Amino acid sequence: MAKKESTLFNMVSSLVIVTLVASTTLGYVYELTKGPIAEAMLAKKIKAIDEVVVAYDNNPVDEMYKIQVEGSKDSLEVYPAKKEGKLVANAIRTFSPKGYGGDVWLMVGLLPDGSINNLAVLEHKETPGLGSKMNNEDFKNQFLSKNPSSFNLKVKKDGGDVDALSGATISSRAFGQATQLAFDTYMKGGQHE
Amino acid sequence: MNNMQNFTKGFFKENPVLVQLLGMCPTLGVTSTAMNGLGMGLATTFVLLMSNISISLVKNFIPDKVRMPAYIVIIASFVTVVDLVMSGYLPELHEKLGLFIPLIVVNCIVLGRAEAFASKNGVVSSIFDGLGMGLGFAMALTMLGSVRELIGSLSLFGFKLIDADGILLFILPPGAFLALGFLIAFINHLRKTA
Repeated sequence: MAKKESTLFNMVSSLVIVTLVASTTLGYVYELTKGPIAEAMLAKKIKAIDEVVVAYDNNPVDEMYKIQVEGSKDSLEVYPAKKEGKLVANAIRTFSPKGYGGDVWLMVGLLPDGSINNLAVLEHKETPGLGSKMNNEDFKNQFLSKNPSSFNLKVKKDGGDVDALSGATISSRAFGQATQLAFDTYMKGGQHE
Repeated sequence: MNNMQNFTKGFFKENPVLVQLLGMCPTLGVTSTAMNGLGMGLATTFVLLMSNISISLVKNFIPDKVRMPAYIVIIASFVTVVDLVMSGYLPELHEKLGLFIPLIVVNCIVLGRAEAFASKNGVVSSIFDGLGMGLGFAMALTMLGSVRELIGSLSLFGFKLIDADGILLFILPPGAFLALGFLIAFINHLRKTA
């Protein structure tokens, strides 16, 4: 069959048909994958919560509440973990905009008194092999069971107590900052019982 | 050219990365580990195969003057399908490749094969061409990813081989250029002596 000639009608009609078919297909695939995508994101969130809090028996995702960050429009999500109706820990989704490659998002697990139970990195764009090491146990261990009211979350270079990752002071700073933000916000506006 | 040649030319003789030097952006960008390279290669293979099939089917219905926008719409649709399916079913890989998946649209290998091959040939040879080129691309990316992962973090496909730090440079962007240069030199040597 010969190729269609490039008349205005042929050009417009063939483009209309191509885009129509394409958009129908995409709409269908979108509907198809909407469920699994939402599930995957929820699973990721629950995994991070499990990592940073102690044993619980409620559903922290359902009981999530938000606290406004002082002096800004942002608010942090708090996932309270309860056992037999009693608050045992909180997973707080927090961030710092001052990472080396943009925002650093953490899930910080705080006990009701504000001390750190555990931390998990949710999202970052730090340098692979340098800043990305903030996910390593070696680095995170220095924060465990510390209370930010006595443990200064700044890096040692800035007069704090945190051993920065070598070659990644900025990433370490952002990590401390995000944790500090979670602590401050929770102590001010969070539920403690 | 028979179908077997259409298929095999993508691996060695006309390998899109190592010989034609096309698609350098994903090649250099994602290959910090072997797994990333393989994932990106297979995602591109799927897009290449599907776009080659559809373009060879519709080539006679699309007037010459609007073929580029039509091809781009077709390619972009398949890329979006890959993006959605991957984020639903392979969230971990999607997180690593996330930024580069939408860029498959502008990967010149895909449009290049559409223009140079699928728009001039039948469906069956286009399938072989798409598969060969795609798998050749995947092979090159996996090779490059393996080399970089091996030297940069002393592991392969995520398995730590030696418990120590590698040469960080190879994980960073300059390492991609270095490793690719040596890889191309090696392949050229093989091609000359073979």
